[in-house]
Amino acid sequence: MRNPFVMDCGEFHVNYKQDMAIWKISRVRMRVFILLAIFAVFPMFASDYIVGLATLCGIAAIGAIGLNILTGFTGQISIGVGAFLGVGGYTSAILTAKLGLSFWIAMPTAGIVTAIVGGLFGLPSLRLKGLYLAIATLAAQVIILFVISRWDALTGGTAGMVLSRPELGSFVFYSERSYYYLMFVVLIITAAFTLNLFRSRVGRAFIAVRDRDVAAEVMGIDLFKYKVLAFIVSSFFVGIAGALLGHYTMVVSPELYSITVSIEYLAIILVGGLGSVFGSIYGAVFITLLPVVLRSGVEMMSGIFPDLSAVLIGMKEVVFGLVIILFLIYEPQGLAKIWKNIKDYFKLWPFSY
Amino acid sequence: MTFFLQMLVTGIVVGSVYALVALGFVLIYKSSDAINFAQGEFLLIGTYVCLTLITAYNIPFIAALLMALMFSAVLGFAIERIVLRPFIGEPVISMIMATIGLSSVLAGIVHIIWGHETRVFPRIFSEQPVKLGEIVIAPVYLWSLLIVVAMLIIFTLFFKYSKLGIAMRATADDQQAAMSMGISVKMIFAVAWAIAAIVSAVGGILLGNINGVNASLSAIGLKVLPVAILGGLDSIPGAIIGGLIIGILESLTGGYLDPLVGGGLKEVMPFVILVFILMFKPYGLFGKKEIERV
Repeated sequence: MRNPFVMDCGEFHVNYKQDMAIWKISRVRMRVFILLAIFAVFPMFASDYIVGLATLCGIAAIGAIGLNILTGFTGQISIGVGAFLGVGGYTSAILTAKLGLSFWIAMPTAGIVTAIVGGLFGLPSLRLKGLYLAIATLAAQVIILFVISRWDALTGGTAGMVLSRPELGSFVFYSERSYYYLMFVVLIITAAFTLNLFRSRVGRAFIAVRDRDVAAEVMGIDLFKYKVLAFIVSSFFVGIAGALLGHYTMVVSPELYSITVSIEYLAIILVGGLGSVFGSIYGAVFITLLPVVLRSGVEMMSGIFPDLSAVLIGMKEVVFGLVIILFLIYEPQGLAKIWKNIKDYFKLWPFSY
Repeated sequence: MTFFLQMLVTGIVVGSVYALVALGFVLIYKSSDAINFAQGEFLLIGTYVCLTLITAYNIPFIAALLMALMFSAVLGFAIERIVLRPFIGEPVISMIMATIGLSSVLAGIVHIIWGHETRVFPRIFSEQPVKLGEIVIAPVYLWSLLIVVAMLIIFTLFFKYSKLGIAMRATADDQQAAMSMGISVKMIFAVAWAIAAIVSAVGGILLGNINGVNASLSAIGLKVLPVAILGGLDSIPGAIIGGLIIGILESLTGGYLDPLVGGGLKEVMPFVILVFILMFKPYGLFGKKEIERV
């Protein structure tokens, strides 16, 4: 039997079907399934704290994949993700807590409502480009948050709302483990959908718009349609992530969806890799774990420098900013590219010249 | 009517400070096509340095102001050289994220050094209110307006007549042509960042005198974005007019509409107007239209 971990060395595609294939060689499929199996069984052996962190990473990854569809693949910068997460979370909260609907209806509805709101704020994207568009989405962030925090009757104002964990029959997703599996399924669906989206006509149109929108238009791509569509698809997943996050933390309130969250998500796709589905996942794990690792690092050092924990908040900001700047300078294509470089190195190892 | 005039005057004063900070933003964009999301932190650092010099070292205000401005200029130079230089000619998103990262680093440093609590500037301007007809103006507002107008005039003259100012305009117009005329474009970029840091520091010190100094002062950086975009990113008169429009709108909304909805509309109004105007004028009121060719 051939070793399943042997690297592919040189891909020779002789027809379009092979070129478009999602698994370039069959052993990759095997490897991916082994990896998925590891992630499926790992909560059995890990503590609740670790599983909880993994759940947060996964939810961030779902939202980041959504943002990557818009910013990484279609080239439309959005600084409004935080508010769109909020729209998802609040929609789900209102549907479950006020109207008594089940989570399984509320979550997709949250995605759809967020998609509509996202599409609405995507309308200016036909005329606005680059920085002007970025500021328009920043305006979306500010306006949506204002509506959320002022519409007391519907959203509970600045106090926020309390949510319950989803139920399936008599089973409640109350433990960390069960919620991890819920997130895991949604993440796999999101990743599979997005990977396949970019093998389709629509996905290729998105990429063409990113590379040069005027040229894309000349080639017969309806710019308005595809730009707004990118906003809609992207916001759908962000809304789903918002709903998942809301039911996980069991609370939604305006300050959870501030502009810092938008910046964090932009950092995720940037550190992970713009225009890469797996990059979004790596980035989500990296940025979610960064403050956790930093805090435990500070706690370890506090024996030597007792003043260190006092400056932790400031230090978090400094490290976060430094990570963004250093990635941008030294590896603008992010963790996805670093991972690819490592793989490429071992493809030819030990004769890598 | 008195209330309206009062609100109008407040709006003009705050708006003129916005215009000043937006001027820094526009300068950087014009000369190097870069945008600076860290403008708010520049403002914060300049203000804190000035405040510390006054309170901890008992330096008179004018001297402290000059020293803070010099510090800001050096900071602007350093940041351009260390952080921004690699991003010239990179896509917009890299530039946005680099300056957002920079703002996070600077904000973190400010938290570490100066903490979170609000500090108050020692009284510099007299407290005796000035009466103009029926409206009452605090002297600090009057001084702010005067200083801002003076700075704007100085910069207008600087761009029109000084050699450096003309070189900056040439660089903004066409970098390659400027280079072939013997202008050091790198030098121009550095000067643009230094000036941006200086004007933000002045804006911050004025606002700090009005409202007190704490970390939330850097939110001005976000507020200046709609100002710069509204006027058109590459237009200096646009920044001034945009600043006044947003300042007056904000003040009037705060006076008339906020009591109706329970506050907070003041902060949102600039963005609502911004979206509305961008729908009709995608490059702002005075921005240069970009013509794209395949």
